Amino acid sequence: MTTAAPEARRLVYRRPSLLTEQSTHYCPGCGHGIIHRLVAELLDELQLGPRTIGVASVGCSVFAYDYLAVDFVESPHGRAPAVATGVRRMRPDAFVFTYQGDGDLAAIGTAEIVHAAARGERFSVIFVNNGIYGMTGGQMAPTTLLGQRTTSSPTGRDARTAGYPIPITEMLAIMTGVSYAARGSIADPAAIGKTKAMLKRAFEIQLAGGGLTLVEILSNCPVGWGMTPAESMDHVAHDVVETYPLGVIVDRLKAAAPAPAEIPTQTETPA
Amino acid sequence: MIAPTTRPAGPAAGPEAPVSEPPRPILMKGNEAIAEAAIQAGCDAYFGYPITPQAELLEWMARRMPELGRVFVQAESELAAINMALGAAACGARVLVSSSSPGISLMAEGMSYMAGSELPVVLVNVMRGGPGLGSIGPSQSDYFQATKGHGHGDYRVPVLAPSSIVEAVALVADAFELAERYRTPTMILADGVMGQAMEPVIPSYRTPAHDASEWALSGADGRPPRVLRSLNLNPEDLEAHNQRLQAKYATIAEREVRWAEESLDDADIAVVAYGTAARVARTAIERARHDGLRAGLFRPITLWPFPSGALNAAAIRLRAIVVVELSAGQLVEDVRLAVGSTCPVYFHGRTGGMVPTPGEVVEVLRRVATATARNGAPA
Repeated sequence: MTTAAPEARRLVYRRPSLLTEQSTHYCPGCGHGIIHRLVAELLDELQLGPRTIGVASVGCSVFAYDYLAVDFVESPHGRAPAVATGVRRMRPDAFVFTYQGDGDLAAIGTAEIVHAAARGERFSVIFVNNGIYGMTGGQMAPTTLLGQRTTSSPTGRDARTAGYPIPITEMLAIMTGVSYAARGSIADPAAIGKTKAMLKRAFEIQLAGGGLTLVEILSNCPVGWGMTPAESMDHVAHDVVETYPLGVIVDRLKAAAPAPAEIPTQTETPA
Repeated sequence: MIAPTTRPAGPAAGPEAPVSEPPRPILMKGNEAIAEAAIQAGCDAYFGYPITPQAELLEWMARRMPELGRVFVQAESELAAINMALGAAACGARVLVSSSSPGISLMAEGMSYMAGSELPVVLVNVMRGGPGLGSIGPSQSDYFQATKGHGHGDYRVPVLAPSSIVEAVALVADAFELAERYRTPTMILADGVMGQAMEPVIPSYRTPAHDASEWALSGADGRPPRVLRSLNLNPEDLEAHNQRLQAKYATIAEREVRWAEESLDDADIAVVAYGTAARVARTAIERARHDGLRAGLFRPITLWPFPSGALNAAAIRLRAIVVVELSAGQLVEDVRLAVGSTCPVYFHGRTGGMVPTPGEVVEVLRRVATATARNGAPA
């Protein structure tokens, strides 16, 4: 029997130093764990831990501060972009991010995110869209797909009474104050890699002095959707992306970045 | 450059403060005087939204704060303003927000979160008539809101009620000190008269010491991460947190009560009033005394904690108390709680932006004097 010499071992996977060892409260198969890990990896790689202030929002991810070992302030529901504005203005050298769900950002917090975008606030928004209010028991969110059954749309979301899914990232992307807006997913390893690259770009734009940066991440809610974790990932990969297409929507700091033809863009970048 | 979380105490050296000669009075509008007092007290950041009758406060800050390299943001709503204040306060900033009644209702959410997270902020309410959109005239109808609640949950907020612009200027520095000493939102309760009137103000200011370095967020550099939060799903832990908060409020109630007494030593009847109502009462008391009626003034300066003990001690010597308010009767409930059956309590109030005249109050004092004499109350 032989064993490899210790020096021949290659470290291929480890816990990012900024991810705490606490077990998460998330349901089995929930995407928040993957996204937390991406954030922790990037903060490690960019060596931002000692200067980061996170803003936690209301929803399943409120306990992000238990899992990410950086300074955190907790915000009321939807107000994270306003709280982050106060943080940013007082701490010009800090790295600032909000971590918000779709109910938080796209329903109760629409005024706050729109005006933070209008001001071109220099922080990064990690916007996790799983199309449902998970923490309160799986009610319809503004992002819920047409026809999707939830505990408050028991026969499926009907546009005649409950309106249409809100494409808030596209809405925000037309604003001059938004330096970067993209949509990724965590449905499979390739998508996770692309999402990490989007987050990295957003973080780097903040560090370079750009305006608001936002990455929407299509995630899952196996319990709220009544699916197995594997089914829920398939659903994101094949169905959710039909309503919320993946890709970079705007990158105003990228030289000669062609804007998608269907989105009217303003050309100025914030000073 | 990371913003400082500490500042030594000292006199403020504003551009209006001459060095070599005593400062001369400047005629200032209440809203502007409060704003400048906050600046001179070392306010790092101001967040607001336009609303009458406090808009001049926001306008003053819009001009002065950027001049000094400090933070000014006109928010998209009062909801956003108070939450910007929450974020700045979490970073250890000395923060002022201001609004008027309807806007204060919107700020109630943030006040509750800041009380729960133990974040200091000074909030100025230049009260106007309500309910709803009401009027833009002066009012004291937010007394209940200021002293009993605003947002959800078991919490208290120190409330300072100046009755002149000069006093408001002095109370601004005190309010920052209270807010930071106890890590609590603190309110200055003014009204439309005080916001809009002009008075000579001596530009002599005070900058309280400031040190938030033990708890404020600055990035976990060489120390464990800090989390400022109000959520606590474990009932035992949340009860313990509430007990700590209540102990803090008990300390405030014990140490920070303030009131003023005028012409009370020989008085048979005391007017209890604060703010603009107290100014009206002062004139009424002078006239009543001229007519031979021994009246005096008991003026709460802290509305919470309420000076119950002092008022009850005074009530023992009184034949009656008359509460005068720019409301349908809110302060009067605390007065009745304080004095119990020690002496009868009468009420006179005007609402909707109307201010009682001194003549009205004198007439009430006369009627009360007659009624209490006939009832044989102790002289």
